[in-house]
Amino acid sequence: MSQASAHVSLRGVTKTFPSAAGGELHALGPVDLDLRRGEFLAVVGPSGCGKSTLLELIAGLSPPTAGTIEFEGRRIAGDIPDGIGVVFQEDACFPWLSVEANVAFGLRKSAIEPAAKTKRVREVIELMGLTDFAKSYPAQLSGGMRQRVCIARTLVKEPRLILLDEPFGALDQQTRLLMGDEVLKLWRQTGATVFLITHALDEAAMLADRIAVMSARPGRLIDAVETNWPRERDSRIVERPEFGVITARLWKSLREESLKTIGRAK
Amino acid sequence: MTRVALYRVLVILAAVLLLELLCAIGVIDRITMQPPHLILRDLGRILISGKQNAAILKTMTNASIAFSLALLVGIATAAVLHGYRALRETLDPLFATYYAIPVFAFYPLLIVLFGLGDAPQIGIGFMLGVVAVIVNTLNGLDRVPRVLRKAALIERLGAAEVALKVALPYAAPYVLTGAKFAVAYTLIGIIGAEFIMSRGGMGYEISFAYNNFDNATMYPLIVLILAVSISINTALSWWEKRLLARRGL
Repeated sequence: MSQASAHVSLRGVTKTFPSAAGGELHALGPVDLDLRRGEFLAVVGPSGCGKSTLLELIAGLSPPTAGTIEFEGRRIAGDIPDGIGVVFQEDACFPWLSVEANVAFGLRKSAIEPAAKTKRVREVIELMGLTDFAKSYPAQLSGGMRQRVCIARTLVKEPRLILLDEPFGALDQQTRLLMGDEVLKLWRQTGATVFLITHALDEAAMLADRIAVMSARPGRLIDAVETNWPRERDSRIVERPEFGVITARLWKSLREESLKTIGRAK
Repeated sequence: MTRVALYRVLVILAAVLLLELLCAIGVIDRITMQPPHLILRDLGRILISGKQNAAILKTMTNASIAFSLALLVGIATAAVLHGYRALRETLDPLFATYYAIPVFAFYPLLIVLFGLGDAPQIGIGFMLGVVAVIVNTLNGLDRVPRVLRKAALIERLGAAEVALKVALPYAAPYVLTGAKFAVAYTLIGIIGAEFIMSRGGMGYEISFAYNNFDNATMYPLIVLILAVSISINTALSWWEKRLLARRGL
């Protein structure tokens, strides 16, 4: 795929941080990666490999040390582009705002009419099954529901690129599977490109069209796996034999890298 | 009323009754103190006659100005300091030792420097209150989770908007704690300043009544100050509790 036709395109992206010892910590890269428009891409990698750093660079939360990132043909360099939504692993609900106000926060900078805003907020709250809790405060909701509020706050902006930073990491396994189903449904309905960071191989295998595997720090891409799942799919694909094949392949690529991060590499 | 609240009321009632009794049997003589029921009667008389209205108005106006300034300047200073680590660390020892300084020990200096007008009294009230607001607001701002700041940036909020729409609302319960301290401290500052460097206000009237053995004015004014301070404090506590309850705390 040429850089111009990709929805998101990374070329030679590298990130270093100043280290405590006064030197430099090479956290990431160089990474070359293209996301097709409407694609669901998952990135897996051992802990500390720079997955979240990669997401923050694409989100424009920090600029890359070297290399370029383009979103819809425009370069991102530490400024937040329009059309991007992020769901974080940690609870990012604003605790002093009701569910409704939290979701409406996503439309703060949007130019649409107040009446249309209210309508869209109500629709998204309904889509996420939060209608009965619109007036509740986050503290009154479960972890899974709070994460749905954050997803709603992202969806209300109708982003063309959704970045998910281990969004289900803090949830229990059953809730994660069900939230996975919801994300797949939303992905189909919105047609957005989805970039998912996860450390859970089964989650990546179940959700993504394509899975990029990262090395131990400094994180580089060492494998890419096409899942070839149909667009219409849900968590029941875990029963399929291909699911086992994909997870096995991911683990094969990752095992050595994961050992490195706990200091046990050969 | 909960059982605990009932006990609290009973303790206060018992203390008042004890005072009443000690006054009645002469353990506390009339020159030292009036019995509580007479203090309340005199307070009623003072309020109805209006002869202390000018003093009450002056003190309450000055205290409100000092408190508002302490709150606004305190929050703004904390918001700025939070962004400048070096500056904050430089000032930390000042904040840590600030309330160890007995401001009124500088009383002769204060008179020489500022004279007897309203402004220096407001200044002293403000100085006593502002640091409590700064310290507590900083404490709240330190607790804002990183992810909330990131979420705000993703919503394309600028630095000032992040501070006003995310960081300060998150820190609101802590700011209120600072505000509660500031109410008490500014009142202490204002009343104290009126004692020593004023020709009016409730502090001045209390000290004047004291010098003239005028218990019928002194005690009611003390009770009035207590009532005002405690009422504001209770209102702020109630608000603080509501904010915390909303967050499940």
